[in-house]
Amino acid sequence: MSIVTVQLGQCGNQIGHEVFSALCSDSRGTHGLCSKKENESYQDSCKERFFCEEESAVPVARAVLVDMEPKVISQTLAMAARSGHWKYSSHSHFCQKQGSGNNWANGYSVHGPRHKEAIMDLVQKEAEKCDRLGGFFTIMSMAGGTGSGLGAFVTQCLRDAFPTSFILNHVVWPYGTGEVIVQNYNSVLTLSHLYHSSDALLVHENDVIHRICAQLMNIKQISFRDVNQVIAHQLGSVFQPTHTAGGGSGYSRNPLGDLMEALVPHPEFRMLGLRNIPQMPENSLAYSTFSWPGLIKHLRQMLIANAQMEEGIDWQVRPPHPGSSMPSTNKPLHFNTSIANLVILRGKDVHGVDLGSFQDPSLYTSWLTPQDAFNAWKTPRAFNKYEKSAALVSNSQFLLKPLDSIVGKAWNMFASKAYLHQYTKFGIQEEDFLDCFTTLEQVISSYTNL
Amino acid sequence: MTQSVVVQVGQCGNQVGCRFWDLALREHAAVNKKGIYDEALSSFFRNVDTRNGDNGPDIYKGKICSLKARALLIDMEEGVVNEILQGPLRDVFDSKQLITDVSGSGNNWAVGHKIYGCQYRENIVEKLRKTAEHCDCLQCFFIIHSMGGGTGSGLGTFVLNLLEEEFPEVYRFVTSVYPSGEDDVITSPYNTVLAMKELNEHADCVLPIENESLFEIVNKIHQMINSGKLGSTVKHNSLVTSSSGSAKTLQEKPFDAMNNIVAKLLLNLTSSARFEGSLNMDLNEISMNLVPFPRLHYLVSSLTPLYTLADVNLPSRRLDQMFSDAFSRDHQLIQADPKHSLYLACALLVRGNVQVSDLRRNIERLKPSLHFISWNQEGWKTGLCSVPPVGHSHSLLALANNTCIKPTFIELKDRFMKLYKKKAHLHHYLQVDGMDQSCFSEAISSLSDLIEEYNELDATKGGPRIDASRLKIAV
Repeated sequence: MSIVTVQLGQCGNQIGHEVFSALCSDSRGTHGLCSKKENESYQDSCKERFFCEEESAVPVARAVLVDMEPKVISQTLAMAARSGHWKYSSHSHFCQKQGSGNNWANGYSVHGPRHKEAIMDLVQKEAEKCDRLGGFFTIMSMAGGTGSGLGAFVTQCLRDAFPTSFILNHVVWPYGTGEVIVQNYNSVLTLSHLYHSSDALLVHENDVIHRICAQLMNIKQISFRDVNQVIAHQLGSVFQPTHTAGGGSGYSRNPLGDLMEALVPHPEFRMLGLRNIPQMPENSLAYSTFSWPGLIKHLRQMLIANAQMEEGIDWQVRPPHPGSSMPSTNKPLHFNTSIANLVILRGKDVHGVDLGSFQDPSLYTSWLTPQDAFNAWKTPRAFNKYEKSAALVSNSQFLLKPLDSIVGKAWNMFASKAYLHQYTKFGIQEEDFLDCFTTLEQVISSYTNL
Repeated sequence: MTQSVVVQVGQCGNQVGCRFWDLALREHAAVNKKGIYDEALSSFFRNVDTRNGDNGPDIYKGKICSLKARALLIDMEEGVVNEILQGPLRDVFDSKQLITDVSGSGNNWAVGHKIYGCQYRENIVEKLRKTAEHCDCLQCFFIIHSMGGGTGSGLGTFVLNLLEEEFPEVYRFVTSVYPSGEDDVITSPYNTVLAMKELNEHADCVLPIENESLFEIVNKIHQMINSGKLGSTVKHNSLVTSSSGSAKTLQEKPFDAMNNIVAKLLLNLTSSARFEGSLNMDLNEISMNLVPFPRLHYLVSSLTPLYTLADVNLPSRRLDQMFSDAFSRDHQLIQADPKHSLYLACALLVRGNVQVSDLRRNIERLKPSLHFISWNQEGWKTGLCSVPPVGHSHSLLALANNTCIKPTFIELKDRFMKLYKKKAHLHHYLQVDGMDQSCFSEAISSLSDLIEEYNELDATKGGPRIDASRLKIAV
């Protein structure tokens, strides 16, 4: 099944390009550590999902690029073409001239309806090129105007036009100390709207990735390109072909569907966090060896203690004792309760790995058994030059604190009525804001009471 | 890509404008090596086929034929505009883009606004429409003028009004040169306050500039060059005051150095809209992020570095110094000290080889020493443009919406009241058709209200941070 990617705004397009690059280079790589047959099967599967074969020898990404100003899209198209290994279709982009001015209301209420037909036309064309459509993957940031506002509108349109398809939104959360002053307003408006139309939100926070670049990847002068490449690596580790059934029966044919089934058992809980280990600079890879028990132990503690990377994990945090009837408020502080977890393992000796520690019922909320809440996908084909790599996609309290912080700051600004005139002039009124705040407070409350 | 049109009004406006066009050409020449008319150039210039005279058609792609500035030059005296048309920039301006008269406005806002405004209204509207028609997607009008005189102040604000009426969707950014306390025009407080009312009501964003600050910066640079510090050689084309490499080859006029600074302010402001970068900051984003309440749209600006030393290595210390300087009193383009007042919002537009980690590191470093209003504690808007200005490897433009501008307005009000109480020179204004006492009382009232808004915000400074209580959800 194929996935159609919709890249929205500057962030969406910049990340989208890195994702396709990473998928393509991993697929072509010789680091697979598996049989030739297995490797070919992997490559075919990856190609079917993300690329389409046109008359040109170079695979064409199944993507629609949308932005309200032209500079980023031209750059993105050019960079892809220069790689020589893949490219974007020359007919799959839509751009305007003026940009959205970091104004969610402008993106949602003005650009959205005005350009709906043209954009959905492009999406329809991409969808028709797929033999079987597996769903949509949208990439956007929530701080600006286009990715956030127009992105929320487009997601709604996708839901209306394709009611039975899966929609996964990849949302980038901005740095806490501002990239955009009205980012908290834009974030609140985006998240609340996406919650109504999307199947799940997969989140990356700029602050977190920045720290990974600084501490794990040892990059001195971190650029947005570096940040985007780490994000692309993490997404690749989830989206590249995997075996989901007992193994040996071929690669999963319904990646988004499998993801939703594994991770979103209840519609109130849709926020997914992503962790990936190990992460290190490429030139250190040759000198490092890893053991699966070590990786699994670290990954589990990262889950429990809500650590964002494999350094600085708090090993003191422990799950509560099973058997004692503890109301959720008595759970030890800092302990991260999960609804559902998905662990994806790639590389050497995957099939022997023991994941029992993830099936401990105390990790999960009381209304789900570990059999339902935990899933594991294992693939012997190594990913992106890592001999062994493990990814964790988690529907848990990972994002509770950041979400609460964003809503808090937005609320403070809202109470002083600052900047509201910028939104009301495009049709978003105070009542609309209040609805969005209510939606998110509900989400926060639900996750807090796990 | 969008286009912007510059409307330069009065002597000051045209002199600064002239520097702007000169330096814009220089900047694009440095980047655009192949002579192809690209989108970046189209934001300020048209490409006209002049083989059969000035009325040739616009060429939208391909080689540069003849660049024409998207500008309107207005002055009620001929001297300044004539000089521009005889100088090296004569081919950049279309003869149809000029509106001049002979007798000037006599430093009288009422003459500029009411008499000339009325007289030239049709002409101005027609020329504006023409310029707008040449634009594919017009985003912004830049008005450059001074506040203390008659034409720039009076006719300039009349044009501002016109722009709002005729082109309500297009942003209006105004660069206003405010008079200093020792201004030799006695009635400058009247002119300035009357103009302020128009700016309050009709501008989207105002960048106030004070000659005193420009003068101090120019002095600082002279001192630095002449101090002959061992081992430091300054790259001359990097000076924020320099015109080197531009079309101007004659002896520099006294205000040129100061005007160059303002021209560079405008170039830096629009750089991210014209050139690519990893985090673009367009003009509509500036207005969106820096104007929390409609009338508080006055932005204090600072440009760093003022010069580059010739050595190529850039230790990050020097980069960090650039950020620190942007917040120091000496680098602001008005006499104000943002560090000791309250920030409502702050924007940093970085150009050149600077990455997001440098930006983050410096924001973290400087944040503790700055006071931000309680509901905007992380009120930073950032932009990264890859193309540095000529002569530099990196540069920073800081725009602050800060209550430090209040003293400037209070002083202005005081100077106004000193004259007004005695009704000094009032008859020159009242004898103009359409002017009466209420114009003055409304204007001073508008200024007082503005000052009061800043006072209210200042009052919250230093108080305990009380977070508004959140919505409660029934579990």
